[in-house]
Amino acid sequence: MKPLSEKILSVPASGIRRFFDLVAEMDDVISLGVGEPDFVTPWRVREAAIWSLEKGQTTYTSNYGLLELRIEVVKKMRERYGVEWDPKSEVLVTVGVSEALDTAFRALLNPGDEVLIPEPCYVSYAPCVAFAGGVPVAVPTRADSGFRANATDIASRITPRTKAILLSYPTNPTGATMDTAGLQAIVDVCVAHDLYIISDEIYDRLSYDAPHVCVATLPGAYDRTILLNGFSKAYAMTGWRIGYACAPAAIIEVMMKIHQYTMLCAPITAQIAAMEALRRGDRDADEMCADYDRRRRLFVKGLNDIGLDCPLPGGAFYAFPSVKRFGLDAETFAEKLLKDERVLVVPGPVFGDGGVGHIRCCYATATEKLQEALRRMERFVGRL
Amino acid sequence: MNPLQTAVLRVLELDARTPVSEIAAQVGATEAEVEAIIVAAQKNGLIRSYRTRIDWERAGQPRVFAFIDVSATPERGSGYDRIAERIYRYPEVHSVYLVSGTQDLRVVVEGETIQAVANFVAERLATIDGVRGTQTNFLLKKYKEDGVFFTGAETEDARLPVTPSA
Repeated sequence: MKPLSEKILSVPASGIRRFFDLVAEMDDVISLGVGEPDFVTPWRVREAAIWSLEKGQTTYTSNYGLLELRIEVVKKMRERYGVEWDPKSEVLVTVGVSEALDTAFRALLNPGDEVLIPEPCYVSYAPCVAFAGGVPVAVPTRADSGFRANATDIASRITPRTKAILLSYPTNPTGATMDTAGLQAIVDVCVAHDLYIISDEIYDRLSYDAPHVCVATLPGAYDRTILLNGFSKAYAMTGWRIGYACAPAAIIEVMMKIHQYTMLCAPITAQIAAMEALRRGDRDADEMCADYDRRRRLFVKGLNDIGLDCPLPGGAFYAFPSVKRFGLDAETFAEKLLKDERVLVVPGPVFGDGGVGHIRCCYATATEKLQEALRRMERFVGRL
Repeated sequence: MNPLQTAVLRVLELDARTPVSEIAAQVGATEAEVEAIIVAAQKNGLIRSYRTRIDWERAGQPRVFAFIDVSATPERGSGYDRIAERIYRYPEVHSVYLVSGTQDLRVVVEGETIQAVANFVAERLATIDGVRGTQTNFLLKKYKEDGVFFTGAETEDARLPVTPSA
C-alpha cells in the first residue's frame, strides 16, 4: 500500500490518549481529567430542540447558519462587549469552535506560514495549524507571570513568515485571564507586523474576578481578528457541537467556502438549541458560572493546603498546580496518582512545554468528589 | 446586603449542611466572617429555618397533602391578614399564601389520612369566620418540590473520564 499523508502522520497523537487507556481498566476513579461541564444542558434548551424535532425542523440551513441565530449571536456580542458584526456577512455558525478553528487556519494560511501560539494551551491548536499547511510556533509562558503571554516574547518570535497569532483567554489548561493592557500590547504588536488574530473565547463567560475582555473590541484589532466562540462551556452544550466565528466579511466568505464544501451547515437541531440558549439561557449560564466559582475557590484552597502550589486561576474551570517540589515530573506524578490513589489528572506537558512541572485538574465535578479527590491527593503527596 | 453575604446565603440555600469551613473556602472568606454572617442572618430573620426534605413516600410512610383554595371576606383595616393568621396557626397547615385570581388564600394542609384532612377542612377551616368557601385538591403525586426532583432524575455523570482532545 502507498503511505498515508505525511503531513498528518507527522503530527503526534494526543498525549491524553494513554491515560484514557489506563483508566478504562480501573474502578472507582475520580476523574479531574475531563474538559467539559458536569451540568446537563439547561432544560429550556433541550426542550426547544425537542419541540423543533416534533415540528419537523430537520432540514439543511443556510451555509452560514440560521439567520435568526446569527442575529442572536450579534445581539449577545453587542450586549456583552459593545462590538458589532453584520449577521448577514460577518458571522459563520460552525460545528463547535473546533471546526471554526480548523476553518480559520485553512482560510488564512499558505504553506509554510507561521502561527504564534502561546503555550500551555488547548491541544488542538498546533495540529490544526499543521493540517492547514502552516507551521505552529510556540510562545512559552511561565507560571510566575500567571501563564499570560507578553508582547515582548511574542515580538521576539516574529519572522517574515509569521501570519497570525492564536489567543485564548481564559485559557485551557491554566485558567489564565488577561486584562485590557496586556491584550492591547499584543494587539499593537500584531498591528505593527500585520498579523491576523484568531481569538478563541470559548470560556469568556467563565471569567470570575474581572470582566472578560473581548479582543475584537481593542483599538486596531477588529479588522484583523477572527473571534471564535460557542455554547459548549457556558451553556453546558459540549455534545451539541455548535459554535461560531465572527470576522470581517472577506474572511468569513473564505471560511464559508471551506465550511460549505466540508460541513455544508451545522446541524439544525443544535442551531435551534443555541438560539434558545442565547435568548433565554442567561440565568442558567450565570448560575452554572456561580457554581464553578464556588468550586474553584474550594478546590484551589484545598490544593494549596496539601502543598500543591496553585494561584487562584481567573477563568475557565481548570486549576494548574505545580508539582515541582515533589521531585517527580508531571507525567510520572499523574501516572502514579492514578495508579496509587485512582485520581485522574492530566500532565501539563500535554499542553506544551510551558506546562512542564504542572498538572491540569478540572474542578467541574461534584463538590463531594472534589473533596474526596483532595483527600486522596493529600495521602499521595504525603508518601512522596 | 453585600455580595459576600449573598454568596454565603446562596450556599446555605443549596445545602444547609455545608460546613462553615467549606462555605468559607467556596466564597473566599474566613470562617469567622462566614460565622458572623450566618449568626446575623439568623438573628435578623433572613434565615427562616433549616429543614430536611424527606421523601416519606419512599420511606413507606406516605403523608396526605391537599391544596385548598379559600374564598374569604377581607376585613376593613387588616384585609386578609387576620383570617390568614387564624388558618396558619393550626399545625396541620403546611403553608398559606395570599394569591391573585378567583380565590383569595391558597392553603396547603398535611394529614395522616385523606379522612383526617377532609375533617380538618370541613370542621375547622371552612367554619372560620370570613371564610366563604373552600375547594380541596388532594395531592396525587409529587414530582418536584422546592427545586428538588422527587421522581426520575438527570442521568448519572456520563462524561468520558478523559476528553481525548480537550
